[in-house]
Amino acid sequence: MTTYSSAVEISHLRKTYGNLVAVDDVSVSVAEGEIFGILGPNGAGKTTAIECAIGLREPDAGTIRLLGLDPRADRDHLHQVVGVQLQASAFPPKLRVGEILDMCRSFYRYPADVSELTGALGLAGKHGDYYRSLSGGQRHRLSVALALIGRPRLAVLDEKAMA
Amino acid sequence: MTTTLIPPQAAPAAAFGQLVRNEVRLAWRQPTSLIGGLVLPAGLLVVFSFIPTFRQPQASLGGLSPLEEYVPILIGFSLAMLALFGLPIPLVTYRELGVLRRLSTTPVPPSWLLAAQGIVQLGVALAGLAGILVAGAALGTPPANPAGFAVAVVLSVAGLFPLGLLIAAMARTTNGASVIGRLVLIPMLFFAGLWWPRELMPAVLRDVSDVVPLGAAVEAIQDSMRGPFPPAAPLLVLAGWAVLFGFLAMRLFRWE
Repeated sequence: MTTYSSAVEISHLRKTYGNLVAVDDVSVSVAEGEIFGILGPNGAGKTTAIECAIGLREPDAGTIRLLGLDPRADRDHLHQVVGVQLQASAFPPKLRVGEILDMCRSFYRYPADVSELTGALGLAGKHGDYYRSLSGGQRHRLSVALALIGRPRLAVLDEKAMA
Repeated sequence: MTTTLIPPQAAPAAAFGQLVRNEVRLAWRQPTSLIGGLVLPAGLLVVFSFIPTFRQPQASLGGLSPLEEYVPILIGFSLAMLALFGLPIPLVTYRELGVLRRLSTTPVPPSWLLAAQGIVQLGVALAGLAGILVAGAALGTPPANPAGFAVAVVLSVAGLFPLGLLIAAMARTTNGASVIGRLVLIPMLFFAGLWWPRELMPAVLRDVSDVVPLGAAVEAIQDSMRGPFPPAAPLLVLAGWAVLFGFLAMRLFRWE
């Protein structure tokens, strides 16, 4: 049984690539129901911090708990309850939007309603379109839909810099 | 306030079916492996059948017609196309696109996508085999030893497909994978006897052919089509390549 009191609890996170210190002593606490944003210029280390938080990278120091889970030790559990949007991630150009949504929906035991999700994100009429025909903004909104499709308790979005 | 999470559960098995379905769709929409594994080899066999001299038995081929000689070679050709291009290219593309990385943040592990891809390529291999056998049977060349034939084909797949995984492990980009595939394909086809049947090769070349994966595959399949159960040598060679390629691919494959 896992219980938690805050959605995100990161303390003293540090990550280096060789001589480059990408993330230095970052501590974050996010309560449930809170919307928390990290802003910073290119190269500030936002993506590195996020990728450490969701278990894609191993930090050099510090502790991370998402919903009380350790992103590396409790990987399988974490992936069921945390939805993720990555910055550099695409899909095969010749898959249709609906096919991608149905596939990702099948990964979860308690998934969201696809048409509700695409309706809310302005992709309602796009189910039959190939991924390659989507505009950058539409691809971006699809990736948000896919982060939410498993009805996660926590969504981690690594947004591209946008106006 | 504390909240309690439901305990972890395994990813739904239905997810695997969905992965396979989308791989089938992609195989149909980008039919590289359908062409290389099915249309091209079966088509070549039909074309060869229209050449009159190809249907006449020849003493130099041990009394076989060139057409009969080519059936096992084309089966090997089909398997090689699937192993060298059909299997690795999509996997490398997925890694390049970040699909494998994205998948590793969901309950479904990226290894499921690899398995789904393997199943689709096996399906194309079976369809290609059926196509060649049907065309071959219509031309009078059914396998004489079905059990030996099945063993030879299974070991050929086992010896060749892990080579595709090894290519996927070594190549960083889709282009890189197709360059490696082409560099490997040409000598393999040569030693399989596509341009120069094994029976006519000088002893030295035939010795090399015996230990090249595709040469051993064609030898095993050829023997089973002519009657006897294939000899142990080519089957052992294929099993050895299966272990070696499989080991290297597992050690070197990167998901990101």
